[in-house]
Amino acid sequence: MTTSAVLRVSNISKNYHVPSPILSKLRPGALRRESLTALDGIDLELRAGEILALVGESGSGKSTLAKILVGSVEASAGQLDYRGLPMPVRRGRDATRRIQMVFQDPYSSLNPRITVGAILAELLKLHKIVPRNEVRAESIRLLNLVGMQEEALDAYPSQFSGGQRQRIAIARALAVRPDVLIADEPVSALDVSVQATILELFTSLRVELGLSILFVAHNLAVVQHLSQRVAVMYLGRIVEVAETAELFANPRHPYTQALIGSIPRMSESSVNLELVLEGEPPSPYDIPSGCRFHPRCPAAVTACREIDPSLTAVAADHQSACLLANELPAFYPVATS
Amino acid sequence: MTTPAPLLSVNNLSLGVVRSGHRPTVIVDDVSFTVAKGERFGIVGESGSGKSLTLRAIAGLLPAGIDALSGSVTYEGRDLFSTSSAARRKLMGPEIAMVFQEPMTALNPVVRVGEQIAEGPRRHLGLSRAAAMALAIEMMAKTGIPDPAKRARAFPHELSGGLRQRIMIAMALSCRPKLLLCDEPTTALDVTVQHQVLRLLEQLCDDFGAALIFVTHDLAVVNQTCDNLAVMYAGHIVESGRVKDVFRDPRHPYTRGLLDSAPDFDQPDRALVPIPGFPPNLADRPSGCAFAPRCIHAQPGCLVASPALESLAPGRSVACIESDSIFQGVPA
Ligand SMILES: Nc1ncnc2c1ncn2[C@@H]1O[C@H](COP(=O)(O)OP(=O)(O)OP(=O)(O)O)[C@@H](O)[C@H]1O
Ligand SMILES: Nc1ncnc2c1ncn2[C@@H]1O[C@H](COP(=O)(O)OP(=O)(O)OP(=O)(O)O)[C@@H](O)[C@H]1O
Ligand code: SF4
Ligand SMILES: [Mg+2]
Ligand SMILES: [Mg+2]
Repeated sequence: MTTSAVLRVSNISKNYHVPSPILSKLRPGALRRESLTALDGIDLELRAGEILALVGESGSGKSTLAKILVGSVEASAGQLDYRGLPMPVRRGRDATRRIQMVFQDPYSSLNPRITVGAILAELLKLHKIVPRNEVRAESIRLLNLVGMQEEALDAYPSQFSGGQRQRIAIARALAVRPDVLIADEPVSALDVSVQATILELFTSLRVELGLSILFVAHNLAVVQHLSQRVAVMYLGRIVEVAETAELFANPRHPYTQALIGSIPRMSESSVNLELVLEGEPPSPYDIPSGCRFHPRCPAAVTACREIDPSLTAVAADHQSACLLANELPAFYPVATS
Repeated sequence: MTTPAPLLSVNNLSLGVVRSGHRPTVIVDDVSFTVAKGERFGIVGESGSGKSLTLRAIAGLLPAGIDALSGSVTYEGRDLFSTSSAARRKLMGPEIAMVFQEPMTALNPVVRVGEQIAEGPRRHLGLSRAAAMALAIEMMAKTGIPDPAKRARAFPHELSGGLRQRIMIAMALSCRPKLLLCDEPTTALDVTVQHQVLRLLEQLCDDFGAALIFVTHDLAVVNQTCDNLAVMYAGHIVESGRVKDVFRDPRHPYTRGLLDSAPDFDQPDRALVPIPGFPPNLADRPSGCAFAPRCIHAQPGCLVASPALESLAPGRSVACIESDSIFQGVPA
């Protein structure tokens, strides 16, 4: 298992320091910054040729982790290995090419002043992906892969709809033929037909070329279709990891159970009105003691307030960070109509 | 039964790009729908079909280069296109508010998010600076933002995608609008927060009679949130009706295609079947049905003229001349 990891993060943390007017008023001259914990000791591996979905709470650190993997954000602590070797902080051209990212906010990641054709051509030439005289044909091929056509080459990013921009960002990431794709919400703005096309594309790149993909997403129906494994995040931690079918059938963390219970459904009889997460969402400035989920956890016992559970195996290839992982009430995924 | 006058009606709206010496490129083509007080109206459809531009036209916020070519938008009996831009700006906030698809492009990067939310209530509700900020923080809390007082001092780039999206929602709700235009408002939210935000929007409709136009690609969200919906393809409404009816018994091949390509959590093993082919180039629209080149049911007649949206049953319409024979003509 260890040998097959393409990317591995060990004990990665990330804090952001933000100026605090309150602290500076109370103690003038004192340290005027307070710390927000975006990631708090993450261990995770992306295996060769797999699609690993990263799901979880909004603001729990998924994009931060994704950006650390591509090197656009620096971790405060911890280690990142690429194919068994430590990744240098400053990546060379080849390392940059190999690990590509589709950012969550496509518009702000596309240069508004150059046309789509120029964006693609620049990369194809820089990394010498195809001979110069084939750059245009290759650009059209890339656009077709994401369900767009030649006429898009001459337009500027501002002239596209949200979903078109998202596809341009995907085409750009795939242009340089990476071996790892970090895709942060890459299909959230796509209609379901184009989404199905992109999911098919990701699957075929994985199966035929061995592309490894970290797929950050909120749509769990999509995750269920696409990924081999799922990692669930809550407040800067990974709280559960398992194979996809296992995770949805047998979730071993109460947060995962709450997530599954809140999935919007197509069939009326599947709509679950009870399993809604209660309580104040926790602050990343002040992480609860013990299990960080305990203030909202329906299963919490006294020990949960004191012991900070680490990610522990509960079954083959299935880990949970819940003290009661093996005693949780059986979870019944809502029946199909 | 008398139907009350709708809160909003969009009448034969066409939007496009005008270039001198050329025929205009029509992007949104002859779109009509109405939304009643308290109604939750969904718009789904092809990426690039004109959903966002339609919302922007209602809000009076069309991007430079895109113009209304014909048609009108009536809000509470007022023709918005002939309302002065100063008067329209006054409507935005307390009457009509919009949640934009890409929060990063809609938020001011150099103003703290709390102040951006408080600006509307100060201007429109006459609140003091402190009262407006208190309201801003309250609205942030309602959208489930942890530690809202501290977060109010953040700049947009310091927030995650889902936090920014909730800032936009808090901003739109802060003046308690009567018509809320939501463009993909929950794409960056985890499903538990999404659930909370959708309840918040429903409350605005149920308790205060506000109307909601909800653009999304998530059919399950439409299913659980909206009463009625319109399906758009290449700038046209191709089908509309009650959500339950349309999803149970689609009458347009494009709608059928959408449903076949949507993942359903309850049917994990069903293959997703994308619609083959590409959408038409809008600068060079085909003369007949815009969907014909991709439609497995297309007949020669489909290439002649763009089919009009015809009523099938009260509140149910479809724009497909072959609909009856494809879907066996069973009354909808
Ligand atoms: N540049 C920054 N400065 C300060 N705080 C930041 C910065 N970037 C991110 N954060 C904070 O770090 C935390 C994690 O953010 P991140 O964007 O990784 O979340 P996420 O899991 O991707 O959420 P979402 O699903 O909403 O996109 C959030 O609390 C966010 O506000
Ligand atoms: N500023 C602009 N200039 C020229 N064309 C534009 C502009 N904005 C949008 N368009 C075009 O208008 C069409 C409709 O765009 P719109 O943003 O309304 O699509 P949409 O239905 O919201 O799509 P999505 O689901 O991808 O967000 C698209 O084909 C797009 O290329
Ligand atoms: S450790 Fe305790 S509080 Fe944490 S998830 Fe498990 S039961 Fe809930
Ligand atoms: Mg994110
Ligand atoms: Mg849009």
